Amino acid sequence: MDEKTLRKIKERLGADIAARQAHLAKQNARFERQVLVCGGSGCSSGNSKKIYDEFEREIKEKSLVGKVNLVMTGCFGLCALGPVVIIYPEGSFYANVKSEHVEEIVDGHLVGGKPVKQLLYKETVNENGEITPLADTDFYRKQSRLALRNCGVIDPENIEEYIARDGYFALLKALNMPRDKIIEEVSDSGLRGRGGAGFLTGRKWKFTYDAQSDVKYVACNADEGDPGAFMDRSVLEGDPHVVLEAMSIAAYAVGANHGFIYVRAEYPVAVHRLQVAIKQSRDAGLLGKNILNKNFDFDIEIRLGAGAFVCGEETALMTSIEGKRGEPRPRPPFPAVKGLRGKPTLLNNVETYANIPQIILNGSKWFSSIGTEKSKGTKVFALGGKIHNTGLVEVPMGTSLREIVYEIGGGIPKGKAFKAAQTGGPSGGCIPAELIDTEIDYESLQSIGSMMGSGGLIVMDEDNCMVDIAKFFLEFTVDESCGKCTPCRVGTKRLYEMLCKITDGKATLEDLDKMEELCHYIQDNSLCGLGQSAPNPVLSTLKYYRKEYEAHIVDKVCPAGVCKSLIRYEIDPDKCIGCNLCARNCSANAIRGTVKKPHVIDPEACIKCGICETVCRFKAIKKVGGKV
Amino acid sequence: MKGSNLPFQGTVEQERQLRDKLAELKPQGGALMPALQYAQELYGYLPYEVQKIIADELNVTLSDVYGVATFYSQFSLFPKGKYQIGICLGTACYVNGSGEIYDKLRNVLGIESGECTLDRMFSLDATRCVGCCGMAPVMTVNGDVYGKVKADDVEEILSKYSAKENKNNG
Amino acid sequence: MVNLTINNVPVCVKEGSTILEAARSIGIKIPTLCHMKELSELGACRVCVVEVKGMRSLVAACEYPVYEGMEVYTTTQRVLNARKITLELILSDHRKDCLSCERNTNCELQRLAYKYGCDANKFAGETRNFVYDDSTDYLVRDNSKCILCRRCIAVCKKAQGVGVIGANERGFKTHVACAFDMKLVNTPCVGCGQCITVCPTGALKEKEEIVRVQEALANPDKYVVVGTAPSVRAALGENFDQPLGTNVQGKINTALRYLGFKKVFDVNCTADFTIMEEANELIERLQGKGKLPMFTSCCPGWVSHAEKNYPELLPNLSTCKSPQQMFGALVKGLFAKKNGIDPRNIFVVSVMPCTAKKYEKKRTFTDGMSDIDAVLTTRELARLIQENGILLNELPDGETDSPFGEYTGAGIIFGATGGVMEAALRTAASVLEPNAPYTKLEFDEVRGLDGVKEAVYRIAGKDIKIAVVNGLKNAKAVCDKVKAGESDYQFVEVMTCPGGCVMGGGQPIKATFVKHKNEVAQKRASVLYKADKAMYNRRSHKNGSVLDAYANYLGEPCGKEAHRLLHTSYSAKPAYVKE
Repeated sequence: MDEKTLRKIKERLGADIAARQAHLAKQNARFERQVLVCGGSGCSSGNSKKIYDEFEREIKEKSLVGKVNLVMTGCFGLCALGPVVIIYPEGSFYANVKSEHVEEIVDGHLVGGKPVKQLLYKETVNENGEITPLADTDFYRKQSRLALRNCGVIDPENIEEYIARDGYFALLKALNMPRDKIIEEVSDSGLRGRGGAGFLTGRKWKFTYDAQSDVKYVACNADEGDPGAFMDRSVLEGDPHVVLEAMSIAAYAVGANHGFIYVRAEYPVAVHRLQVAIKQSRDAGLLGKNILNKNFDFDIEIRLGAGAFVCGEETALMTSIEGKRGEPRPRPPFPAVKGLRGKPTLLNNVETYANIPQIILNGSKWFSSIGTEKSKGTKVFALGGKIHNTGLVEVPMGTSLREIVYEIGGGIPKGKAFKAAQTGGPSGGCIPAELIDTEIDYESLQSIGSMMGSGGLIVMDEDNCMVDIAKFFLEFTVDESCGKCTPCRVGTKRLYEMLCKITDGKATLEDLDKMEELCHYIQDNSLCGLGQSAPNPVLSTLKYYRKEYEAHIVDKVCPAGVCKSLIRYEIDPDKCIGCNLCARNCSANAIRGTVKKPHVIDPEACIKCGICETVCRFKAIKKVGGKV
Repeated sequence: MKGSNLPFQGTVEQERQLRDKLAELKPQGGALMPALQYAQELYGYLPYEVQKIIADELNVTLSDVYGVATFYSQFSLFPKGKYQIGICLGTACYVNGSGEIYDKLRNVLGIESGECTLDRMFSLDATRCVGCCGMAPVMTVNGDVYGKVKADDVEEILSKYSAKENKNNG
Repeated sequence: MVNLTINNVPVCVKEGSTILEAARSIGIKIPTLCHMKELSELGACRVCVVEVKGMRSLVAACEYPVYEGMEVYTTTQRVLNARKITLELILSDHRKDCLSCERNTNCELQRLAYKYGCDANKFAGETRNFVYDDSTDYLVRDNSKCILCRRCIAVCKKAQGVGVIGANERGFKTHVACAFDMKLVNTPCVGCGQCITVCPTGALKEKEEIVRVQEALANPDKYVVVGTAPSVRAALGENFDQPLGTNVQGKINTALRYLGFKKVFDVNCTADFTIMEEANELIERLQGKGKLPMFTSCCPGWVSHAEKNYPELLPNLSTCKSPQQMFGALVKGLFAKKNGIDPRNIFVVSVMPCTAKKYEKKRTFTDGMSDIDAVLTTRELARLIQENGILLNELPDGETDSPFGEYTGAGIIFGATGGVMEAALRTAASVLEPNAPYTKLEFDEVRGLDGVKEAVYRIAGKDIKIAVVNGLKNAKAVCDKVKAGESDYQFVEVMTCPGGCVMGGGQPIKATFVKHKNEVAQKRASVLYKADKAMYNRRSHKNGSVLDAYANYLGEPCGKEAHRLLHTSYSAKPAYVKE
């Protein structure tokens, strides 16, 4: 592979790919239409492979081969509507597609030339029944896809499509630059690590560059473990080459010849696509010896995790690559000085790497023009919880939480009130409704007691109990603590027990003080970031929802009606007609009464499963706060 | 001793494959994790005999192998049965006597939660709430859900699967 | 050099020092629990946290390197409170039966908990349940007292190269145990007890035999005799607040008599017997009768290690019983006959610096009787003495009894690494060169704490190449070399414990965490070398009792009767036994 070949590939495929983006784009493409089927994990679990196969069969049967280009891409982001199919040039967005819809779409759209309106995402059809551009929907309008620029656009298993999107041109450019210039460019861009605390990427590169050693390594952290975060998975599934290219650039810049990608074994699709991509790159001479004839050798190995959240911590990750228990070790020495196998190691996460080629190609100025003063570029968030548009969104740093939740996310279902947004997973905290106009970047999140983390963003409404949420995250941390240092091993366990005491209605206000003391202690004393940030979910909810904690403790009430020990079900005798349906459905035999007479719930026997409330046709059964 | 007490049924061929793989992995650093991943794929679980081979071939202590195998949640010391039984011990099921069903299952099968019967037909797992509280108590067999189960029903449910096997074999 | 301040006091230390070391250099002790320099550097327990100006969180002093201009504070309210909570959290999952604990008043956790004014029940919650492992004859593991400092793991794996214990599972369930949580007896554990000596609490201890000894002493039908190993006298005083390196043999003799032992012997004497046999065996092997190199066999940990890991080398092991087993065999087989006592009524107790000796006692039998009936560690002897209200420090020095109370300097130095080798060389040189005008007495090359010491000595016109190994981990290279047929050694001494028996797993624990272990080893060994130097007879074959025994009962060294009483055999054993 050399520059000439790269350019040839780009020329050959460039128009096809360009046509996959613009709504009603002028077709320079070699095809009449292009059908993009999402092959991300979300849509795959909705059996998008079968949909793809069905299209393939139909296309053959209806003699459309050569006219229609069928592509399996990575994630489009709108996972809530999956499986998703997009057809260009119209940019028709088919949502919740089932394999039985395929024939209809092929006949109507590909053969008949008319999009099948009733199968389209409703936001792309206006009141007059006209199809509107996908890019104009609330979901996409406010996004700017940079790290995700190829996801949902190219076939991730086809290196040529990546090249057609300027792929490996950044590497080519970098290999013609002095190494310190590359590092300067990355530093000037202001890019910060997307995996957690937001350390300046360029500085990390510089440290590794400065370290003196015969052998150095670059590594990619793809051990995305936060519950609710899946942006790294989407990049690996939709655009694996961007990671390989970025790692190659990094390796050249810091002076490494060997790279590792540590990826969760729970991501089989991502692993497969990485393997395919590595093989293609090797075959094309973009990995291996004498890359692009620039006298630079570099290769990459994949290492699989085995189900340990703590391996997302950098020292634990490297210990795990060494084949040991993934326990973090004290820093310093930092990995840039003494990392994998005791050698200087540069470790970045997937999303961080995904920004690198664009920075090299477009320059640091371009990148630093996006975002806020201290947080440059964009950030990908995984929207989840009580929100319409669950899925993946990428917005410039500084976008307000309100925009993300209400405009991009489509707001809260069932007209419920927004209560909080949780960011940063088990290491983060909750942002309350009064701070919904916070413009999100590293500093703002930290100042309100949360953190960027990897970018999970879980929305909660009035039905969520904040004590319960804190308990949920603590249970996770207790399960995932490596068990090495005392504050995390024992401290988080005791913290969890204290939260249980509160949700059981057995705690006192003194317990609350003790809990707060323990939280600060764990932050201050734990060995690694997992422990240090473990109390964040508790502290941030305590800060903004202290009244809710106090309600559990003093009034023995769970205001959201979640904590089972603190709620009871009651039958309104005025509404109950004595149909007996609730009693028959009660698994605990806790409901008594004669037919046609109001029934009663025995609070001692009731296990608060809520079935009775669900089955009652007369809304006679209500959940009431307060301990029995 | 922790781990499965089922007789080890590894074949000579499996052992050869494992040893070949270990010889291939050994020269590259950090071979233990990939070795355990390969072995688990090959045998379905990581019994004493397999961990011993890995320790000997990679020249690490058995204690190190076991320490790694029990650190990561994906590694299992127990085989899974052909039919995987789940018994829900969530609150709703528990107050409806899923505890008794659990006891009955343990008695009839002669295994504890997480273990597998001698003939590798059934494995048993006590689970958290499976979200079928209206049908409590609930047990599942390879995804088939049985609701409102009584302890007396256990044998009948199990016999359905045993019969299926006998039919396959006959 | 790096300049920093600790509690506003300027400090200058060499680059790469930790805060812990810098603080120590100006007389400030920062508490630690998990830290062992070079062996275990985890930063796990967090008891050593200190405040560094400009740092967001506290840092672990044991691991954090100093830098120019650093400002460290070791005793701020924040630091003291953090340490207190750490200790309280540890205590929340620690079985606190302190009053009856083996380590009561000598427990690092207890001491710190007191110092920091901890409320032991502040964080009461779920505790972990464990099987109490008393499967071996020598050691008990009680995980309910384990605080997961992992010092035992480090010493087992890194110092000894045995590695039978490790951290299993993770999070709150993390615990120290063997693979598959097997019983220790089914693993390649060699019983060295080094783990006990580094355990900060009572989670590891020897299997006690005090009660059995007390019962025997109280039984009028039993004739109870005792012998003390060389290293005991070099360390027992530490448990009675004597300075490191005090020889208390005279007081031990008196104390043992107070306790009611009929005869107070000295295993130094049977060490001389061991040399008589071993030196002659070496000479035989040098003359072509048997395999070379010959390995010593005094150390039961090493013998067990060889049986489980190096079956090929078993023919190279000297067939001599250890001094302890010879002691029992000689008492029951020779002393009994001479004094007309039924050997079945004799109860032989040995006091050892070692835990492995507790299972070695079951290794060999003479005439159907086990050679040794009970083994007490140095620590157990201290407890026995204390329990009986004997004020050791106030006792007059006592003498040992005949015949096995007489010994030479060669027998004394068995306790230090290289001692057996040196003692054997003294005798071998004299036997091989009976008429030489001067034969070497002090073999300095085999002394000291290096893991593997090598030397070549020219004796009777022949070069004899020897190696001395201490710390079982260091045995691997030597054994592998011999196994591969690539060694040119004639004689190899292996002692399981780093430093030899003076640093055995049965020795007092106190000193090992107050001082650097090498300092302890040197001080204890110096007791033995000093005593050796003060002896008139410094060669085993000059021991009158030994000469008398050979002349009247045993015949020739390595002869038939000597073989019956004083030699043994070995067999390969599986490293692991599946349960």
